Amino acid sequence: MKEKAIHVVLMLLAFSAIAALAVITAFIFKEGVPIIAKVGIKDFIFSSDWYPLEGQFGIFPMIVGSLAVTAGAMVLGVVLGLACAVVLTQFCPQGMVAVIKPSVELLAGIPSVVYGFLGVVILVPLIRDYLGGPGLSVLASSIVLGVMALPTITSISVDAFQAVPRSYREGSIALGATEWQTTHRVILKAARSGIVAAIILGMGRAIGETMAVIMVAGNTLDVPHSLLDPVRTLTSNIALEMGYSAGDHRQALFATGVILFVIIMILNSIALTVSRRRVRKGAAR
Amino acid sequence: MRIPPAVTQRAAVGLMWALTILTLGVLLFIIAFILANGLPHVTWTFLSTSPESMGRAGGVLPMIVGSLWVAGLAVLISAPVGVATAVYLTEYTREGRLTAVIRFGADCLAGIPSIIFGLFGFVFFTITLGLGFSILSGALTLAIMVLPTIIRTSEEAIRAVPKSYRDVSYGLGSTRWQLVTRVVLRSALPGISTGVVLSVGRSISETAAVMLTAGSALGFPHSVFQSSRTLALHFYVLSREGLSMPNAYATASILIIAILLINLSAYALMRRFVAKVV
Repeated sequence: MKEKAIHVVLMLLAFSAIAALAVITAFIFKEGVPIIAKVGIKDFIFSSDWYPLEGQFGIFPMIVGSLAVTAGAMVLGVVLGLACAVVLTQFCPQGMVAVIKPSVELLAGIPSVVYGFLGVVILVPLIRDYLGGPGLSVLASSIVLGVMALPTITSISVDAFQAVPRSYREGSIALGATEWQTTHRVILKAARSGIVAAIILGMGRAIGETMAVIMVAGNTLDVPHSLLDPVRTLTSNIALEMGYSAGDHRQALFATGVILFVIIMILNSIALTVSRRRVRKGAAR
Repeated sequence: MRIPPAVTQRAAVGLMWALTILTLGVLLFIIAFILANGLPHVTWTFLSTSPESMGRAGGVLPMIVGSLWVAGLAVLISAPVGVATAVYLTEYTREGRLTAVIRFGADCLAGIPSIIFGLFGFVFFTITLGLGFSILSGALTLAIMVLPTIIRTSEEAIRAVPKSYRDVSYGLGSTRWQLVTRVVLRSALPGISTGVVLSVGRSISETAAVMLTAGSALGFPHSVFQSSRTLALHFYVLSREGLSMPNAYATASILIIAILLINLSAYALMRRFVAKVV
């Protein structure tokens, strides 16, 4: 009897994650969808006019901004993140792994406001002085976000590399391939789906980051035309204006959240599908 | 002309190491830069007094207390739920549609950006449930945010407990619940603690979600129903509004040291767990 009750209680608690997800989705959509319907989904997404006080809500520049900084972040994040994962799993003596792995994890633990602050204090002046523009820019945001997304990319790629059977590596080396040939022709290929998942989840991390971007992006409302132009992202639009918004304006910020939510969910689903396929392939082996 | 494989091997390995060292260099630089500029300003007075004139002078005691309240409460709420979920997934059910749904929920939750949690916490906890900008609103929001981390690390820790422990326990006639509480959870405790400790770190670092739920009152918090500014948010306000650079650096130093200690203890716990179980 007691066992049965415990079973039921545990089952109910186990559903709290999915329940939370459902409630979050419901509330964000409930707050945001009416204004999208009022403005029209096409205007909301493709109009560049964001004048909340006059009832004009177009978030096109923010969508472009979010995509631009995320793309930039991925260039840096993928290169550094994959390099760390390759070194950790292929070239690194065990003793060094015990130093490098926790360091990369520590990078993930540093508060985003600290990243943003260092971006403002160090990166922004450098960009302004040597490359021109206001400094607060797509480039500065991309660099900061790239470093922030790197730990995600590294840790998931490491898992993917470690899931490749040892025999692949041994076979390749036995055939006379160098370590590097083995890494990039055998291991990288075998771990491909895991790496794709890692990159997509890294993208999710970059596109969802808020405080660091607010500090270094400049937050102007124009569509950026170069790497040195300032931008505003979807996330910073919400955080910047939430404090003083009301009525339709507040709803439009929730609607910005809806668009962000949808983008994240699409990225998550792709990552989940890709990594699930890997699991199935692994099981068949 | 073909480049000999031995040369590519050398160059590639060199490049990979260079990029890794660059990454570690960035980490070291961040820590060293903040501590070098901030530590001289971290005095006992700074740690033990309240801010004056919006943080231009005075200390950060209320923010330290606020951060501890929000993070502590968040983990206190999240840990039992997360561990229960992990126990259910590993000990009480087989892999099937049900576990797939639960995992899907946790995976999606893990990917949601903190600003969305902030929006949700704002409309749900502060407005709909009427909790207002308060430590409790912030803690509840963060509890949901760190739930996936706690579920995942607990599940891994529980799965790592050797099957023989379970066989022996059943062999001695224990019920499933006795097995879970006295054998499995006890052996998995250091592993579970790792997830809990990392969640405390994540809660302390978080800014966007607490800004919209716990608010940014400067006063000393006397109850969980009061608004309280956390250290991370205080640092954001100080640096963004240019109120006081020395105080901003000092606040950042406290944050960095807290995160360093938290990650070190999580790492130590993990090593102990691995040494014990494997």
